Amino acid sequence: MTVAIRVPTILRTYTNGETDVTVDVNADATLGDVIAALDAGYPGIGARVLDDTGQIRRFVNVYVNDDDVRFAEGLSTPTPDGTKVSIIPAVAGG
Amino acid sequence: MTITHPSASGVTRSGGPDLGRATHLSCRECGADVPLGPHYACLECFGPLEVAYDFGAVTRERIESGPRSIWRYRDLLPVPAHVADIPNTDPGFTPLVRADNLARELGLKALWIKNDAANPTHSFKDRVVAVALAAARELGFTVLACPSTGNLANAVAAAAARAGIRSYVFIPSNLEQQKITTSAVYGTTLVAVDGNYDDVNRLASELAGEHEDWAFVNVNVRPYYAEGSKTLGYETVEQLGWRLPQQVVIPVASGAQLVKVDKAFRELVDLGVVEGEQPAIFGAQATGCAPVAEAFKSGHDVVRPVRPDTIAKSLAIGNPADGPYVLDVTRRTGGAVDDVTDDEVVEGIRLLARTEGIFAETAGGVTVAVLAKLLREGKLDPGAETVIFNTGMGLKTLDAVAPVVGPAGTIAPTTDAFHQLVSAD
Repeated sequence: MTVAIRVPTILRTYTNGETDVTVDVNADATLGDVIAALDAGYPGIGARVLDDTGQIRRFVNVYVNDDDVRFAEGLSTPTPDGTKVSIIPAVAGG
Repeated sequence: MTITHPSASGVTRSGGPDLGRATHLSCRECGADVPLGPHYACLECFGPLEVAYDFGAVTRERIESGPRSIWRYRDLLPVPAHVADIPNTDPGFTPLVRADNLARELGLKALWIKNDAANPTHSFKDRVVAVALAAARELGFTVLACPSTGNLANAVAAAAARAGIRSYVFIPSNLEQQKITTSAVYGTTLVAVDGNYDDVNRLASELAGEHEDWAFVNVNVRPYYAEGSKTLGYETVEQLGWRLPQQVVIPVASGAQLVKVDKAFRELVDLGVVEGEQPAIFGAQATGCAPVAEAFKSGHDVVRPVRPDTIAKSLAIGNPADGPYVLDVTRRTGGAVDDVTDDEVVEGIRLLARTEGIFAETAGGVTVAVLAKLLREGKLDPGAETVIFNTGMGLKTLDAVAPVVGPAGTIAPTTDAFHQLVSAD
């Protein structure tokens, strides 16, 4: 099944400039599986989102649909068919 | 672009932008180094990039010999040495007001208000914009831009006008009318966006990627921009007579200002300009957008984004980039982050105006109200010398107080009518 991912500007060098990409994962996939699939399709992008302990980096927010996963189930958050994942750097003020 | 300029030590450099004593950018999270340029987030870890310097010697005399603006601290900023000669709004060196009436009312021994409403467009944003523009010019940008909750829009529009360059400012469409008018008047291209500030900021990031000669001051030249807030700390120390305050209360939107003020205090000590203990730093938020206060009180290291809902629109950043660093600084210095309701914010504005004749915008009301709350809760030492920052001007957020202040009455033009009015009190 397909999960859509919105990629922030700063990571689009990994996706040939594409803002929205899709990955194919199993029906019982979690966010961790989605990121692994993203990295398989666009090598190197995974290490920008996850640190070397495999956790989401502090200055990145990942949303599954409209919910920040950090206070859902993190990388174990389920991502059923049609889920939209957004990777968003933390915001600066103005 | 190849530039040849004499550096601080008199040695000619070529091949890089002239950003004074700045030497490179460094990731605050992972330490990765990056050359000076229009970079703002670490490509390794998304962490914020910070300007690194070789300051050399910095003395009080050198600072005191400079202009009565932020440029007296130009040696500590990523700007060329001749920065004060280029047309700009010359912000900063705003009054540090001794607030004895407010101190007495709150039970504080010594209180000062750093009143940044006195800047050219009446908020502290004039400082950071001036630094951003000076650096952006050296980096080859030709257009100034920003996403804004209002104060930054005003500052960018005015700074661009003074510098004679084009600008684009992006604001949430529900911004206070005063802030809309006070940006549009400078002839900028003002774009109102249906969304909250976080949406506007994301749009700006996208546009920064598309327009390579546009400097979005708080996006793609953010590391240089942010340095401007250090001047609040430098000035406070200088205006206290080269003395560090003991406690400081600072409003928190993205958190950048609080973090940079702490950095400024540390720099002055490291450079030997001043001696003493690091001030305890307290952050102030509105309850309707208090992600950093919540994280502080829960003992978390990570700040959970919120959807802002507060009259303090200039602090309404639901996903603050410097949130984690505010937690680090406030915990390290023995401070805290707290929040107050919108009603308390309005009372804070009124209290400051009534006791000291200073009319703050909602962010200033937040700061005064959190000062009062921290004192009530015993988290601030009433005997310690305290400074609070008023970062903006009440005329820009009239909606907050207009419903609750007004004439004592409307009378016929007779002395009897007047006496009737006042005897009714």
